[in-house]
Amino acid sequence: MATARKLADETHSNLPFAYRHYGPDELKEVLRKMYLIRRFEEGAEDSYMRGLIHGTMHLSIGQEASAMGICMPLTAEDQITSTHRGHGHCIAKGADVKRMFAEFFGKTTGYCKGRGGSMHIADVSMGNLGANGIVAGGIPIAVGAALSAKKLKNGKVVVSFFGDGANNEGAFHEALNMASIWKLPVIFVCENNGYGMSTSTARSTAVKNIADRAAAYSMPGVIVNGNIFSEVAEASHAAVERARAGEGPTLIESKTYRYRGHSKSDRNRYRSKEEIEDWISNRDPIMLFEADLKEFGIIDDKGIEAIREAVRAEIEAGIEFAKASPSPDTADLQEFVYTEPA
Amino acid sequence: MDAMPRELSYSQAIQEAMAIAMEADERVFLMGEDIGVYGGAFQVTGDLVERFGADRVMDTPISELGGAGVAVGAALTGMRPIFEFQFSDFATLAMEQIVNQAAKMRFMLGGEVSVPVVMRFPAGSGTGAAAQHSQSLEAWLGHVPGLKVIQPATPHDAKGMLLAAVADPDPVMIFEHKLLYKMKGHVPEGHYTVPIGKAEIRREGSDLTIVATSIMVHKALEAAETLSGEGIDIEVVDLRTIRPMDKATIIESVKKTSRLLCVYEAVKTLGIGAEVSATIAESDAFDYLDAPIVRLGGAETPVPYNPELEKATVPQVPDIVTAARDLVRGKR
Repeated sequence: MATARKLADETHSNLPFAYRHYGPDELKEVLRKMYLIRRFEEGAEDSYMRGLIHGTMHLSIGQEASAMGICMPLTAEDQITSTHRGHGHCIAKGADVKRMFAEFFGKTTGYCKGRGGSMHIADVSMGNLGANGIVAGGIPIAVGAALSAKKLKNGKVVVSFFGDGANNEGAFHEALNMASIWKLPVIFVCENNGYGMSTSTARSTAVKNIADRAAAYSMPGVIVNGNIFSEVAEASHAAVERARAGEGPTLIESKTYRYRGHSKSDRNRYRSKEEIEDWISNRDPIMLFEADLKEFGIIDDKGIEAIREAVRAEIEAGIEFAKASPSPDTADLQEFVYTEPA
Repeated sequence: MDAMPRELSYSQAIQEAMAIAMEADERVFLMGEDIGVYGGAFQVTGDLVERFGADRVMDTPISELGGAGVAVGAALTGMRPIFEFQFSDFATLAMEQIVNQAAKMRFMLGGEVSVPVVMRFPAGSGTGAAAQHSQSLEAWLGHVPGLKVIQPATPHDAKGMLLAAVADPDPVMIFEHKLLYKMKGHVPEGHYTVPIGKAEIRREGSDLTIVATSIMVHKALEAAETLSGEGIDIEVVDLRTIRPMDKATIIESVKKTSRLLCVYEAVKTLGIGAEVSATIAESDAFDYLDAPIVRLGGAETPVPYNPELEKATVPQVPDIVTAARDLVRGKR
């Protein structure tokens, strides 16, 4: 996704960033992956309802533009750390939904061979160092990965995704401080969906914008509308450029919304149906992106329908692959605890 | 005339091991609070910053949780960090990264990654630093699958086990008793390793096995020397690693002596002594026992400031002598 090409037409200079920066095929691929994330989440939810997936899961429906926009300037070698709401990040970073479903189904063909599940989904081959079950747990780890990149001089940048809830954890503050004093190539991405489980940011957070906290660590703090792909991608490009140039970290606050509850136990008592409905009807990231693509003549309804159909088939095949895959043998329970068996 | 074997202090041995590791491998670097020009709270890193520079002997802010997490992240992505905690008590501030992240990352990701981080913890009482700077928390970490936890008792082992830890692909936690830092002993030149997961018999004997850890190995040896004058022949096993524990050596020793005394500084209950005792109770060595198993551990109290109270908190040589004598003489 990192090969950004300009449309190279000066007459397009008033277009939003993404439509100047990416070619039509890339933009269509972004739409495809936003659909892939949404349909994956729906497929996972459906499989959970049918009892094919146990445990719990945290769905990112409504946050697709944020995951895709941030990952656009990243190469396959660049790394991310993700969160409990990490399925979208994993797909945006290039994972195969077959192996993701297999992981959720607890199968040996899953990315974590059935040991991690939804909350630890990872794809190390594509630089995804893993979702994390601990709020803010991945933030210092991302800073460590950025320290490696700096020491090894391998040119990698690292993105740490986290939610609004994480910005009140000590790990967030310690990690941002260290990234700044050591000028590390890391981008902190706070996907602020308004609620840490049930507690709104207004009730939990002393600053109006989480990006305001960047000032305390002498780094740029950027606020973007996380439901507008182009805005997110533009901020990410600037932050990645800064990181690669050795100028240090950036904090991006991507304001977005999750349609589903926090997890499967959520009764949605802390927000109104009207509020949820308003986001779905008026600010849906896929709807907004499609409208732009159509307006700029990049895709038509037929093209959109073809993408939907292809995604539907990919999701179906992924679920079938997961169903057909073998489960781990209980005799292998202690595999992977240590590198070399005791 | 033979040259005297070279002697180094325990802290010099650790410093030498870190220098050798850094010489040999560019990926090895040190992180910790005040380990640079200050030389570390216990002067273990000493002047290494002058030799290797501030990029490889990195002072961190006072951020134990974040710092430990950075070390974990660096280990996950190709580096070989050695992270120094100023006091082992501060592990409490970093438990999240140690227990939830470092220990589990490889497992959770189905073996796709490893976390070759080494963490060093100056531990134990005896320095008058009171309740928040004197604890022995090794059993806490020993309870976590995915970690390896070691307690070298001699300068020789401190160097060899640290070099083994740096070479280990998994996270290794090293508990170093602060009162051992100045202890001198023979330390070979150059690179060598002492295996993790292998106990060492420090003294052979036939009447009683003492399984001891860290500084208690030396106290047990002193007690054994005293009791040899009374015709009591004690075997002292230096456990060295608490996870993975060398159960075979303990079992073999108890089969030979038929009596077991566990001596460790950490709070007595729910600790290493319970694990060692249960190892015997669950093994065929149980049938060899001629006396109940006895544990001598730390008192059920925070470590106090007053020096006499502080001493009374942990087993001392006379306590070991009495317990061992009573066991062998059948008074237990």
